[in-house]
Amino acid sequence: MRRNGPLALIFHTIFVIIMVAPILVVCLVAFTPEGFLSLPTNGFSLRWFRAIGNYPEFIRAFWVSLGLGALSSLVALLFAVPAALAIARHRFRGRDALAALFLSPLMIPHVVLGIAFLRFFTSAGLGGSFAALVIAHVIIVFPFALRLTLAAATGMDRTVEMAAVSLGAGGWTLFRRVTLPLILPGVISGWALAFIQSFDDLTMTVFLAAPGTETLPVRMFLYIQDNIDPLVTSVSACVIAVTMTALILLDRFYGLDRVLAGKGDTGR
Amino acid sequence: MSMAADERNARAPWALTAPALMLFVGVLLIPLAMTVMLSFHDWGQYKGIEPVFILKNWHEIATDPYYAEMFWRTFRIAILTTLLTALLGAPEAYILNRMDGRWKSFFLLVILGPLLISVVARTLGWALLFGGNNGLVNKLLMSAGVIRSPIPFMFTETGMVIALAHVMMPFMVLSVWAALQRLDPQIENAAMSLGAGPVTIIRRIIMPQIMPGVLSGAIIVFSLSASAFATPAIIGGRRLKVAATLAYDEFLNTLNWPLGAAVATLLLVALVLIVVGSNALIERRYAEVFR
Repeated sequence: MRRNGPLALIFHTIFVIIMVAPILVVCLVAFTPEGFLSLPTNGFSLRWFRAIGNYPEFIRAFWVSLGLGALSSLVALLFAVPAALAIARHRFRGRDALAALFLSPLMIPHVVLGIAFLRFFTSAGLGGSFAALVIAHVIIVFPFALRLTLAAATGMDRTVEMAAVSLGAGGWTLFRRVTLPLILPGVISGWALAFIQSFDDLTMTVFLAAPGTETLPVRMFLYIQDNIDPLVTSVSACVIAVTMTALILLDRFYGLDRVLAGKGDTGR
Repeated sequence: MSMAADERNARAPWALTAPALMLFVGVLLIPLAMTVMLSFHDWGQYKGIEPVFILKNWHEIATDPYYAEMFWRTFRIAILTTLLTALLGAPEAYILNRMDGRWKSFFLLVILGPLLISVVARTLGWALLFGGNNGLVNKLLMSAGVIRSPIPFMFTETGMVIALAHVMMPFMVLSVWAALQRLDPQIENAAMSLGAGPVTIIRRIIMPQIMPGVLSGAIIVFSLSASAFATPAIIGGRRLKVAATLAYDEFLNTLNWPLGAAVATLLLVALVLIVVGSNALIERRYAEVFR
């Protein structure tokens, strides 16, 4: 195949700089020694990272986000793994419609979901509660959990299962000792991707969060609405660091292009 | 498992999907139906929400030019964002695809990675870069002699489109990238051996084959841009409203839930029609590619 010409490489360089610039500038400003927004031209300082300690609402929001992401991804998997096994292995009437329904949260704007859940949970007397947040997040991360589990279940070698069946394994033992270990990489990647989606969601959560249950993106958003100062850049830098770590692990473990493209989908 | 065993397990798929199905009916379909119903309820400053069937909210949206202008702005921003991502993202995916293995996966990570980084953090980055009249972007453009006086980016549609295009770019690159993976590099070589120049190759060989990728990327970018919330809210400020930020205002500031529900329902219906319609068009036009 032909190489990229000089023009193509110049385009590529500018493209990558523009893609990285906003993220880089946030991380740089976070290290400023000044009391106002500025690039750290006079040396680096951690004062704005230490300043986070004086804002307990950011710390609490971080823990809410972490717990919410971990719990809702786990619950989503409890529902998604059996559903993925059914969709991957059985041809039954309504299979395509079910798959479409389970992936539909990807197509519905999050602002619509936020409104629908706000209305629903307020009428159910759960408005602003952590339980409502968990249920809502289970729905929005479900497609990601399902897709990666589905890919693993579709690509699985089923002769091992047949061997186990011929040796007398059945039901729960078969699932726990044979099937689950075989699809585990897909399940774990599904959990990680679901966690990131939950951890980052703002649009839907901003409708549901109450002062005690604000997640980190919601807290950051409400803070930025009032004013932008170096504090919010240091918080953002921490968020970026957490996501980058998860991202690199996900890439090493599973391949980022596979995760994002959802290869081995329902055959679409 | 043999066919006979599968038939014996005819009820198995339903047993396995039943919990998820119940979850989706209970906490997705019912809330969505409640929202559509809410848009027909009445609301007053002092009486709150009244569960009656009334067309007041829909009538207001249809007749008050404020809503027409707001929806037109929403879709204008989404269209411009889509064009910008297609014009820049498609060539970049092509360049990326021609790189050596290690550089390819490195830059793929750099370009697709932002997809998973908090939208709030990414938009904050643009707010810092734009930052008033002496933001970094303006300083850079002025010192390079591209512009004489600073361009206002904050609280303008220009700024919203640039920041949104950055947020959406990974989707476009990913979509074109997927189309390029199906492309046979030998066709390009064949065209070259028959005397085609680089421009002809790109126009006659590459473009037609990656077009389905560009179009399906465009559909994703368009529908996500039209319903975007964080970027328009931070860059656009309080006055430059789009559908999502207006619905947010009606729900959490004005507390006119029925009107907010009507705006959201209209956005949902418009997007579903546009997405399903253009998907059908693309699949008919490029039937041979999808086969």
